[in-house]
Amino acid sequence: MNTHVWSYIFVMAAVSYLIRVLPITLIRRQIKNRFIRSVLYYLPYVTLSVMTVPAIFSIHENPVCGAAGLVAGLITAWTTRNLFLTALGACLAVLAAALIV
Amino acid sequence: MKRETAANFIKGAKHGLPIGLGYFAVSFSLGITARNAGMTAFQGLMISLLNNASAGEYAGISAIRTQAPYLELVFLILITNARYFLMSCALSQRLAPGTPWYHRMLIGFDITDEIFGIGVTHPYPLPPAYMYGGFSTTIPMWALGTMFGVIAGNILPAVAVTALSAAIYGMFIAVVIPPARKDRVILILVAISFAVSGLVSLIPLFAGMSESLRIILLTLVISCAAALIRPVTEEQEGRA
Repeated sequence: MNTHVWSYIFVMAAVSYLIRVLPITLIRRQIKNRFIRSVLYYLPYVTLSVMTVPAIFSIHENPVCGAAGLVAGLITAWTTRNLFLTALGACLAVLAAALIV
Repeated sequence: MKRETAANFIKGAKHGLPIGLGYFAVSFSLGITARNAGMTAFQGLMISLLNNASAGEYAGISAIRTQAPYLELVFLILITNARYFLMSCALSQRLAPGTPWYHRMLIGFDITDEIFGIGVTHPYPLPPAYMYGGFSTTIPMWALGTMFGVIAGNILPAVAVTALSAAIYGMFIAVVIPPARKDRVILILVAISFAVSGLVSLIPLFAGMSESLRIILLTLVISCAAALIRPVTEEQEGRA
């Protein structure tokens, strides 16, 4: 069982590394194509947004808890622009909601 | 030059510190999952040290628990980490063209959502030392959080685990919102992404699709649509 877990970990690590290292190592010139530049510019914001919704609604059996975390996170991020405070705000809102519902 | 490198490293380490704190909380709950899959504290430490990927590690740990075939494991990691491929493409555009290969191979080791966030928003050109500074305060926190999660996870009450699991979404939001304040197109794009992603998950046709596949498809479709409707301007690229 133990060696089994280790081989899983190493396979995961190899795939994770290759997927990250190949583009940054192989693409040496500035990409001139405006469409590709635009896709690359917008992509991270879209990915992180679609990873947040709807997943955040399923952290508790009552989706209100996730909604509270989302709203608190959005407000904290907008006002503080601070990563740690935003994570903290979302956690505290979920905690409060989970204790109430 | 040397002094500039040190200054960049320190700046990166400072910017990484709040990320590291958030990582610790998030990876602590990841450690709870690892413990439930029968993993040891050392395995928890190493899986995070070597992978540096929240969604990818969650998927991998579930594969370990169910002893999924290796091919399925590879496919899972490819899908859950596909966005890092695209982030790596984007980061390649932020490095000065002459940046040597060994810097690229080192930076590639730890392209996470948050490290990407601070890297891609750093004014061009992105100095490798800034990235290494960011690594120095985040990689150890991510790995140690997972280890302590395995050790202490069962002590925490369920409601605390639920609350902690919100940390990762708070981090996603914190990467997206500050640039959205500066660029209205990003703000609208984030709102549209939230709405479309939420609605799609309610449509029975897409409900059977795995979450990872949905993330990949929606990301590609929405990003391409945005690129066609609002091609990026030099002003935007310089600002965000």
